[in-house]
Amino acid sequence: MPDSLPGQLVNLLAALLLLIAFAMLSQRRVLSLVRLFAWQGVALAASTLIVAHTTGQTHLYVSAGITIALKVILIPWVLHRAIDKLDVRWDVETLINIPTTMLAGIALVIFAFALATPISQMASTITRSTLGIALASVLLSFLMMIVRRKAIPQVIGFLAMENGLLFAATSATYGMPLVVELGVALDVLVATFIFGIFFFHIREQFDSLDIGHMEKLKED
Amino acid sequence: MEILAVLGIPLLGGLVLGLVGDRRWAPELNAAASFATLLAAAALTARVIASGPVTAFDEQFFVDPFNVFLVALTAFVGFTTSLFSRPYMRTEEHDGRLSPARLRLYHGMYQLFSFTMLLTLLTNNVGIMWVAMEGATLSTVLLVSLYRTPASLEAAWKYFILCSVGIAQALFGTILLYFAAEKVLGPGGTALLWTHLHEVRGELEPTVVSLAFVFLLVGYGTKVGLVPLHNWLPDAHAEGPTPVSAVLSGLLLNVALYAVVRSKVLVDGALETGFSGNLMMGFGLVSVVVAAFFLSRQKDIKRMFAYSSVEHMGIMTFAFGMGGPVAAFAALLHMTVHSLTKSAIFFTVGHAAHATGTQNMDSIRGLMRQSPAIGWGLAIGTLAILGMPPFGVFTSEFMVLTTAMHQHWWATPFLLVALGVAFAAVFSKVQPMVFGEPAARPLPHPPALVPVFVHLAIVLMLGLYIPPYLVDWYRQAAALIG
Repeated sequence: MPDSLPGQLVNLLAALLLLIAFAMLSQRRVLSLVRLFAWQGVALAASTLIVAHTTGQTHLYVSAGITIALKVILIPWVLHRAIDKLDVRWDVETLINIPTTMLAGIALVIFAFALATPISQMASTITRSTLGIALASVLLSFLMMIVRRKAIPQVIGFLAMENGLLFAATSATYGMPLVVELGVALDVLVATFIFGIFFFHIREQFDSLDIGHMEKLKED
Repeated sequence: MEILAVLGIPLLGGLVLGLVGDRRWAPELNAAASFATLLAAAALTARVIASGPVTAFDEQFFVDPFNVFLVALTAFVGFTTSLFSRPYMRTEEHDGRLSPARLRLYHGMYQLFSFTMLLTLLTNNVGIMWVAMEGATLSTVLLVSLYRTPASLEAAWKYFILCSVGIAQALFGTILLYFAAEKVLGPGGTALLWTHLHEVRGELEPTVVSLAFVFLLVGYGTKVGLVPLHNWLPDAHAEGPTPVSAVLSGLLLNVALYAVVRSKVLVDGALETGFSGNLMMGFGLVSVVVAAFFLSRQKDIKRMFAYSSVEHMGIMTFAFGMGGPVAAFAALLHMTVHSLTKSAIFFTVGHAAHATGTQNMDSIRGLMRQSPAIGWGLAIGTLAILGMPPFGVFTSEFMVLTTAMHQHWWATPFLLVALGVAFAAVFSKVQPMVFGEPAARPLPHPPALVPVFVHLAIVLMLGLYIPPYLVDWYRQAAALIG
């Protein structure tokens, strides 16, 4: 079945997801990062919709709806507002060693595929080949959180990680039960607002959103 | 229904206190809500002990002797901490460190935090367990940064990022578990219900389940504070208000460990090798040793006791990892005595820090002279947590050590050295704080010392004599864990 049209479309969207994850890793402008994040949400929702349509799993429509409402509209809007209010619209982050980071990212992708291959062979879903990609984008977001020194990109990394996890859930199992997905969505929503509050508190205390300033609590 | 009451009271209490948490009587309302939760938990416990495990609401909730024991403990320490929080938060208000808005936030979040922990314990759905666990992080993160000082913001950010990333790994583990279960149970709601998973655990695909366990252990282990995932823990404990440190150490870490143990039971059934146990023993042992050596380097009193929590969570993880009825019994007993003793210590530390105006151990002196009750509380609590006989911590540590000698002799020297190092480090720091020339002021609100001594009395009793019904209860729970 992977050769069917829906299967190929999902594969295409999965590749897009991975590409966006790499783009985020090297994107220096915060506004572009938010835009990339929103596009990642679009790709995720589209692939969920295709899976929902081909398999007739109605709860996946709800899941796709939540993704669009939350990841494409609400969270990018909240982030935009925060960026406007904090006046960091034109912030450009100096990223050192983009090539090294990229190489590390490629290594992570290979690792993710090696880890996911035995599992995806067991899966019977049309989307099983994408489990490796899902795990890879989770790990890439993780890498992004490690290399970034500013608060907003770190948070976008966290949210992108959530995207990767949701994609893993759809590709391996046709999505988690609805009650769990709703709960996860609620957590993400609350987390986004708390992060938003944090931006302002951090800025107020440190005059900057650079996490590098926050290294006082070290072991003596 | 008792379950409904256990979950409903803190949820409702949290919403109400979010609105009126700055009133003069709000601390009392907070304590009253916690007390009502405790009563409901006691009723639930009585029923489960009498009539065995129950499921409720379409099997969405599940109570057996293992989790009802933690529910009772959580409700109890939640209540005593709310008693301690009354004079503590009043003094903070008196000193002008808190605005009305922050008091509302504090009281509301205190109850919501109880709610998320109880939900984690009571739910039968491993997906909801994850959601509630993340909810516990979200409800405490703004409490850690309650004072909005640079250090507290840094601690809260670290806590938020590390625990969210950690728990994201646990979500991946849960997805893998669902993937394995779906093969056997079919898609839909039942494939994530723990009771159903437990029934078919022998049929789950071993490779998937073992990979799932690695992710679950790393994810929930971050919240347990296992080394090397423990970085958030000392900061969050040191910078937040002391009642929050008490419930983080005494309750949240237990609840996170509960999630790990629940996963381990499933994985053991699927694998029939010691994979999960060995992994937990490794993490546990590393945590005990590393934390013990960090203890002597601390200057902040709350940081030091936070590292002591890492050490004790390591002992419990090690004991659960060894498995078998005796080790599981010891681990459950250690969970109980550790959370009672550690919260009692944080209560006295909170009052001591208020009396001396600092958390720096070099400046806290002569507690015994200024306020004998606080001094004795800290001294006795410290001896208890260091595993001195006749306290309960000694009993459980002794059981862990003897079991380790039988089953994994190589681990005992590490454990013994770590316990010795911890004793030397903590005792040498607490001794001058308790004795010596006083540097303390009288407290504006009388300290809440009843909870301290009630906790320590229970720990002492558990060291000398464990009542038969409690033994029976622990045995039932230990048999479930296996």
